[in-house]
Amino acid sequence: MPEARRLAEVVEAVRAYPRLRPKGGGTKPALSTPREGEVPLELGGLSGILEYHPEEFVLTALAGTPIAEVEEALKAHGQYLPFHPPLKGRGATLGGTVAAGLSGPLRHRYGGLRDFLLGVRFVDGEGRVVRGGGKVVKNAAGFPFHRLMVGALGSLGVLVELSFKVFPFPPSTKTLRVRLPGLEAALEALRRLRLLPLDLLALDLVPPATLEIRLGGFPQSVKARLERLQALLEGEKEVLEEDEAHWEAVRDLRFLEGSPIWAKIPAKPQRIPQLEALPLGPRRYLDGGEVLFAGMDGEGLLALRQAGLPHLVLKGAQDPLFPPPPEAFFAKVKEALDPSGRFPLG
Amino acid sequence: MGFLEELKALLPGRVLTREAELAPYESDALTAYRKRPLAVVLPERKEEVIGVVRLCHRYGVPFVARGSGTSLSGGSLPVEGGIVLALNRMNRILRLDPEARIAVVEPGVVNLEVSRQAAPFGLYYAPDPSSQPVSTLGGNVAFNSGGAHCLKYGMTANHVLGLEVVTPTGEVVRLGGESLEGVGPDLHGFFVGTEGLLGVAVEITLRLLPKPEAYHTVLAAYESLEKAGEAVSLIIRKGLLPGAMEIMDRLSIEAAEKAVKAGYPLVEGLLIVELEGPKEEVAEEAKVLEAILEESGALTIRVARSEAERQAIWKGRKAAFSAVGRLSPDYLVQDGVVPRSRLGEALREIQRLSREYGLRVANVFHAGDGNLHPLVLYDGKRPGELEKAEALAGEILKLCVRLGGSLTGEHGIGVEKKGYMPEMFAPEDLEAMERVKRALDPKGLANRGKVLPEVAHA
Repeated sequence: MPEARRLAEVVEAVRAYPRLRPKGGGTKPALSTPREGEVPLELGGLSGILEYHPEEFVLTALAGTPIAEVEEALKAHGQYLPFHPPLKGRGATLGGTVAAGLSGPLRHRYGGLRDFLLGVRFVDGEGRVVRGGGKVVKNAAGFPFHRLMVGALGSLGVLVELSFKVFPFPPSTKTLRVRLPGLEAALEALRRLRLLPLDLLALDLVPPATLEIRLGGFPQSVKARLERLQALLEGEKEVLEEDEAHWEAVRDLRFLEGSPIWAKIPAKPQRIPQLEALPLGPRRYLDGGEVLFAGMDGEGLLALRQAGLPHLVLKGAQDPLFPPPPEAFFAKVKEALDPSGRFPLG
Repeated sequence: MGFLEELKALLPGRVLTREAELAPYESDALTAYRKRPLAVVLPERKEEVIGVVRLCHRYGVPFVARGSGTSLSGGSLPVEGGIVLALNRMNRILRLDPEARIAVVEPGVVNLEVSRQAAPFGLYYAPDPSSQPVSTLGGNVAFNSGGAHCLKYGMTANHVLGLEVVTPTGEVVRLGGESLEGVGPDLHGFFVGTEGLLGVAVEITLRLLPKPEAYHTVLAAYESLEKAGEAVSLIIRKGLLPGAMEIMDRLSIEAAEKAVKAGYPLVEGLLIVELEGPKEEVAEEAKVLEAILEESGALTIRVARSEAERQAIWKGRKAAFSAVGRLSPDYLVQDGVVPRSRLGEALREIQRLSREYGLRVANVFHAGDGNLHPLVLYDGKRPGELEKAEALAGEILKLCVRLGGSLTGEHGIGVEKKGYMPEMFAPEDLEAMERVKRALDPKGLANRGKVLPEVAHA
């Protein structure tokens, strides 16, 4: 099995194999398991932080770097990746996260992966090394290839180097768990909270009717805002004073354990009733109902497809992406960057 | 029928070809460049844009889409023999859905109008380029416009959730959707910032945010620009994340004072810091900020106690460009980016270049994200002075790249900076851009002559 630890080795592998599937930590097997005729390219060794200037809010690392390693370095300076990459505890890498296009529950506060990726260096399907974006937090020069790589499942190139914007982590956090009488009441509360300037770190809906709300900031302010929030909401409330471990479990998608199929499903609060009517397993809506992570079996996946709802399978299916990207645009970009079709799309 | 006849049949009465009608479209906010288009068309519906693009493709006629023409990089400069698609009449907000927190708009909608329409729901559209009272979202999308709040909130790309695009060959595609999360490649994110080279956006889905509950706006005066810059570093080091941090130098302050009488102290460096968020959090952050500004050696500190006082502080900053314009018959604006910690170094070097070239340079910049806005003052009537100003501006761009930054933070490459692209990008990077352009636009019709330097063609 080819393995690349340096840029030159990535280039060499790309030139050597006609069908290549990059693999980082292997935490999303539906995306990293080679299909017939494909050769896996192990990138776990392409690892390490290249540049980190806490004062710039910018970090650059090789694509195979584990999220855990990046977060440890950031934490030493009170900073974090605000898009909250999932599956950190399971060994997810930066590259795999970008290729899959995944963000975790804390994306609610400042935005997702697409909002924090600043630059990329990748090897395209012809073995050419291409850079896009930059290493500064604001930049409008040239075609933004870095944004193109978000969610592209490695279909346009092998990610080698990635630059991210990072932020200070709030000095303290608390979580409020609210159990409402039913889905309708929970959705009503969710809709209300989405319109208020509360600067919540996370706003999750755990079906059927529980909201989990994380607050961050200076201790005095968090206390006062927690009280305001409690006064605002009906239902049975519980405060998690120590909440870090809980959210780490959520971002590792531990609630999906035991489900044969794991999927990410873009959503909206308005779409939740439709999704709730499908035969899905354990699940959680993140970011005020903007995205659902759900466990399911074959029947659930079929129901999703039949309903025409876009989704990405992370584990448990051969054909992970639905629907395919719009042909008239994507096929042209693919032709430009990977004309011989070396990299599969999911 | 020839091209023009077909065009006129497609948009009866809305094809301009007379010299006097074309004149306003010959240039944009980069007034040093002018080109006469063959015709200007005024579509009112997306079907008409699609029709025009298909016609252009069939005849091989280049086209440039244009909104209000506020591009500072010549992004909407016409192509000779080509047409201008003036999209200002497509100015409808098609849907504003507070529950979904989105607005679906036509490309000719003015940026500020979205926030205005969203205000009754407590929502707003975050990107706020200084041009926002006039610039359109189609242009904002093409150039990935920024503003004063990019460090915290990102740029236009981060606020566009979906697009309907006419590709240069006349195909219509929907990229992205309505959710903050998608699956598959972020094609809408990629389209934003490609400066119209890959097609025309005919419908744009924007994300809206809840308007912050409280603001805390402070004006701090310093004896030098370096001191003002150091204060910004201190703020960042203490873990604060202000919504905006802006710095102005003496020349800009004087100009702003003359123009709008904002009541600014006449010092070497002025720093505006704005905190925003829930009132309890802002109150806590304000205490930290106060201590930092004391420590930073500010000569005076003024805190806005009311919305009127806040607006007064911002008034001078927002008027700075046009105010500096009064100091000089002509000026060039650059918008290079440097890593924040290199700001002091960049400013010293700009001052040195200013002396060397014998041209005044006023500095106004977004300090939070390292986005400089040096205004190079010159008199176009003096022979050779424009060329000298351009050379000086070019030196500043190279400096930004050398310090690890970017050629442009928000104005885009356009025609103005394309010659400097090889400073920032390797030939392989530029070739990749070329290949994408060629694949989507084999005839090279969409905004021809922008962004990509001629060397990459070779």
